[in-house]
Amino acid sequence: MSSIVSIENLSKRYDSGFEALKSVNLEIQEGEILALLGPNGAGKTTLISIICGLVNPSSGAVRVGGFDVVKDFREARSLIGLVPQEIALEPFQTVYDALRFTRGLFGKRHDAGLLKSILEKLSLWDKKDAKTMELSGGMKRRVLIAKALCHEPRVLFLDEPTAGVDVELRKEMWEVVRQLKEDGVTIILTTHYIDEAEAIADRVGVIRNGELLLVEKKEALMQRMGQRQMRIELIKPLDAIPEALARYNLDYSAEDRTLTYSYEANGERTGIASLFADLSKAGIVLRDVETRQSSLEDIFVGLVEDKS
Amino acid sequence: MNFQAVKSIYSFEMARFFRTLSQSLISPVLSTSLYFIVFGAAIGSRIEEIDGVSYGAFIVPGLIMLSVLTQSISNASFGIYFPKFLGSIYELHTAPVSYLEIVLGYVGAAATKSALIGLVILATAEFFIDYEILHPLAMLAFLALTCISFSLFGFIIGIWSKNFEQLQMVPLLVITPLVFLGGSFYSISMLPPFWQTVTMFNPVVYLISGFRWAFFGTSDINIGLSLAMIAVFMVICLGIIGWTFKTGYKIKT
Ligand SMILES: Nc1ncnc2c1ncn2[C@@H]1O[C@H](COP(=O)(O)OP(=O)(O)OP(=O)(O)O)[C@@H](O)[C@H]1O
Ligand SMILES: [Mg+2]
Repeated sequence: MSSIVSIENLSKRYDSGFEALKSVNLEIQEGEILALLGPNGAGKTTLISIICGLVNPSSGAVRVGGFDVVKDFREARSLIGLVPQEIALEPFQTVYDALRFTRGLFGKRHDAGLLKSILEKLSLWDKKDAKTMELSGGMKRRVLIAKALCHEPRVLFLDEPTAGVDVELRKEMWEVVRQLKEDGVTIILTTHYIDEAEAIADRVGVIRNGELLLVEKKEALMQRMGQRQMRIELIKPLDAIPEALARYNLDYSAEDRTLTYSYEANGERTGIASLFADLSKAGIVLRDVETRQSSLEDIFVGLVEDKS
Repeated sequence: MNFQAVKSIYSFEMARFFRTLSQSLISPVLSTSLYFIVFGAAIGSRIEEIDGVSYGAFIVPGLIMLSVLTQSISNASFGIYFPKFLGSIYELHTAPVSYLEIVLGYVGAAATKSALIGLVILATAEFFIDYEILHPLAMLAFLALTCISFSLFGFIIGIWSKNFEQLQMVPLLVITPLVFLGGSFYSISMLPPFWQTVTMFNPVVYLISGFRWAFFGTSDINIGLSLAMIAVFMVICLGIIGWTFKTGYKIKT
C-alpha cells in the first residue's frame, strides 16, 4: 500500500499564541480507515482542518495524492471530502440543492443518478426536497456526509460524525463507511467513542496536547499495550486480602466476591501459576475464573494518564 | 479556472434572491415611489427646471443610484457574511476554488440583483414622471459599473464584519449620507463654492453626475472624470479584496 496523505513536521500556532500541533508526522495509507483519538482540545480538528484547507499551517507540509495542500490546492482538494464537527448548513436550502451546490463547487457537472444513490445510501432520499432547517440533528449530520461524498472524493475526513446520532443510525453509518472503504475510499475519522474506533478502524492514532503519541495497527496496539485481566470468583467472602498475596496487587470486590488480577498478556511470566499456588496455600477456594483482553478504551486511558 | 464553481455560487445566490423576490423588490420600489410622489410630483412642481430638465426627471438618476448603491452593498455583504455566520463557509475553503472564483460568484450575483432592482425602479419611474434617456447604452454601462464596484465594496464589508451590527453600520452611517450629499436631489452648482469643493471628495458625486449625464446629456462633472473615479474606486476595492484573501485577514487562522 502507498500513502495517500503524508504529513511532515506539521505545526500550528494559532494567533492567540497557542500551539495546537507540535511537529506532527503521519503517513495515511490508501484505502485504510484511520481513527484519531484524543481528549477534547487535543488538536484533532486542527489537524483535519489544515489538511482540508480550512486553517493555514504554521510550518511543515501536507501532501494529498502527491499534491501539496497549499501550493496545489486545486488538485489536493479535489481528492478530499470533509464532514465537519460542527453542523453548518444553509437553513433555507433543500437537501438536494445543497448537494448540487457542493458538487458544482468542486467543478463537477450535475449527476442525478449519483446524488440519488448517495441520498439513498444515507436514508435521505425521502427528505431530498425538505429544507435543511426542517431536519433533525442526525439528519443534518447525514446531509453533511452526503455533501462530502457528492464530488466522489478519494479521501474522506469525518470529524466526530456520530455525535448526536442515535444507535441505530450509527450502525447504518458505519455500514456506509465500510462500503466506502470497499470502494477504495480512504477514511480518517475522529471519535470519542472508543468502541467505534475499535470496531471499525484499521489503524488508530492517539493525539494529545498537539502531539501524535502513536499510530498503530489496532490489533498490534491492543496486543502491545494490552493487559489481560483475570476475575477470580470465590466461594466464601474474604475479610481482607491475605498478606501473602500482597505482591499480586489484587483488587477485591466484596459485592460480587471477586478478586481481579491484571497482568501483561505477552509478558514472559504472567504470574498466574504462582498466584494459583499462593491462593490455595492461603486456603482460598475458587468458584470460577474468567480472563478478558483490555479494550482500546482501557489502553487509551492508560496512555493518556501515563504521559501526563 | 473552475467555471462550474462560479456558476454554482452565482445561481445559488440568485436562487435566494428569487426565493424572496417580493421582499427583495417591494421595499426599494415602494420607497422610491414615495420619493417620486413627494419630490417629483408634490414639491417638484414648485421647483424650477435644472439645466433644462424638470425637477421630477432630474432626481430619477439619483434615486436609482441611491437604491442601487445600498442594494449592492447589502446584497454582497450579506451574501458572504451569512455563510460565515452559519459556518457553512467551510465549503468554500475546502473546495478547489480560488479567491477569484469566489469573488466572481458572489459579487456577480450581488451586482446582478442590484442592477435588476435598478431597472425595475427605472420602469416604476415611468409611472410618475416623463423622462427620456439620451444615451441608453452609457446608462446601462454606468449602472453595471456602479453595481459591480459597490458590490465589491459590500463584499469587503461582509468579510470584515464581526457581527450583524457592523454589517448594517457601514451602509447606514457611510453610504446614506454620501448619497444624500452626493447630488441626488440637487445640482452641485447650486451649492456655495466652499461646499462645492468639499463635495468633490465624495465619490458618489461622480457616480450620480455621470449617470445623470447618460440620461440628460448634462452634468456637473466631466463624464471622463466620472468614469475615471469609478475605475479608481473599483481598483481600490479589488486591491483590498486581493490583499484580504492573500493574507487570510479575517478569513483564515
Ligand atoms: N481559532 C483558534 N484560535 C485559537 N486557538 C484555537 C483555535 N481553534 C482551536 N484552538 C485551540 O487549539 C486546541 C486544539 O483544538 P481542536 O479543535 O483541534 O481540538 P480537538 O482535538 O478537535 O478537540 P475536540 O475533541 O473537543 O473536538 C484547543 O486547545 C483549542 O482551544
Ligand atoms: Mg474537534
